[in-house]
Amino acid sequence: MSILPPHRLDLAGHRRRNGVVPWVAYHGDDGRDRLVEAVEAAGLRGRGGGGFPTAVKLRAARSRRSIVVANGCEGDPLSRKDAALLTLAPHLVLDGLQLAAHAVGATETVLCVHAGSPVLPSVTAALAERDDHVPVRIAEVPRRYVASEESALVHYLTSGDARPLGKEPRPAERGVRGRPTLVDNVETLAQLASVVLLGPHHYRAARTDLVTVTGAVRQPGVVELPAGPSLTAVLAAAGGETEPVQAVLVGGYGGTWTTDLRLGLSGIPAVYALPASACGLEYTAKVLAFLAAESARQCGPCMFGLPSIAADFAELVRGGPSVHRLAHRLPLLTGRGACAHPDGAARLAASALRTFGADVTTHQAGGRCRVLEGVA
Amino acid sequence: MKLTVDPIGCRGHGLCADLLPEVVRLDEWGYPVLANGPLPPELAAEARRAAAACPALALRLRKA
Repeated sequence: MSILPPHRLDLAGHRRRNGVVPWVAYHGDDGRDRLVEAVEAAGLRGRGGGGFPTAVKLRAARSRRSIVVANGCEGDPLSRKDAALLTLAPHLVLDGLQLAAHAVGATETVLCVHAGSPVLPSVTAALAERDDHVPVRIAEVPRRYVASEESALVHYLTSGDARPLGKEPRPAERGVRGRPTLVDNVETLAQLASVVLLGPHHYRAARTDLVTVTGAVRQPGVVELPAGPSLTAVLAAAGGETEPVQAVLVGGYGGTWTTDLRLGLSGIPAVYALPASACGLEYTAKVLAFLAAESARQCGPCMFGLPSIAADFAELVRGGPSVHRLAHRLPLLTGRGACAHPDGAARLAASALRTFGADVTTHQAGGRCRVLEGVA
Repeated sequence: MKLTVDPIGCRGHGLCADLLPEVVRLDEWGYPVLANGPLPPELAAEARRAAAACPALALRLRKA
């Protein structure tokens, strides 16, 4: 069963294609246990990028008064798979949301999307067709990169402040309005619904991942492939390369550059294929400038460190001697923020220096590293 | 015992590095970087003083 249909499915279409959740099989407390066991047997892991085992999260958030938050914000500019799901298969996500609510004993659920998101009409129409056991509310979250980080969503839904809260307490212990809270990415919820609709064993055999592919490919967009595809397979599914690809950014703006296309992807939501004619250092400098501007400005190492490394990269592109400063600064950005925003920026910057090392030398020797063919 | 910094609470006053230089150094922006590993037991009293002296109450001492 593929989770992304070619056209939007209303409730009747969704049921024809995917069937109906067999609620009777999961009735009561025993049913809850069976549901979590099915998710565990299916080996489901989070599809927001973290890859955490979903069954563990379900067990941790279990109480009589929990809240389930479906994260459909998709703050990363290189990712569009969640928007595709909410637009084309909203009922699969909403089935998953109800199943997660039942698994943890939730009394309410919230579906989070960015304010003014283009998915709102599809989601609103889908909710109007359903008669769900646990109420679903739509929350429009500020359009900031870190606003969809787990603790930031909890913070926003509690107080209207969409900045991250830090690692403690975990949402499962004290989340929205102090209640145990499960925050799951919308693809994770769609996958959870697939586990139940197919059965865990069939699911394991037929499991697929959604990956957003952008950059030098013929058909950029969201592709669906058997789980854990290689980069080669992902690029081929997006119509193949438009020109030779020199490196791929794996995992969005806070991800890692790689040149090994045989690399298998597990839990990676987005890849960007950098064409041979472009400069990876320039691209990275632009992304770092974006990430620096998106800091919530709560933690010193992020507030000051991100603009510093963004400026270092801009200087590097201009041929300046900032490599040594970067080598000193990058290790100081990891593990020192309330969220992983600075860690992602440091990971991206460090992997760019590793991957485009030859270009660093060229830039230092005199500016631009690449001259397009046919340009004198 | 283990020292931690609340990253949101910390305002970079830097008192911790004055009071406990064996464990805390400041980065170029004035924010504390803690030495790895558990706190040496002979520094427990100084660490308690440093935690109590933090103007932002962002330096915490926990049982490791």
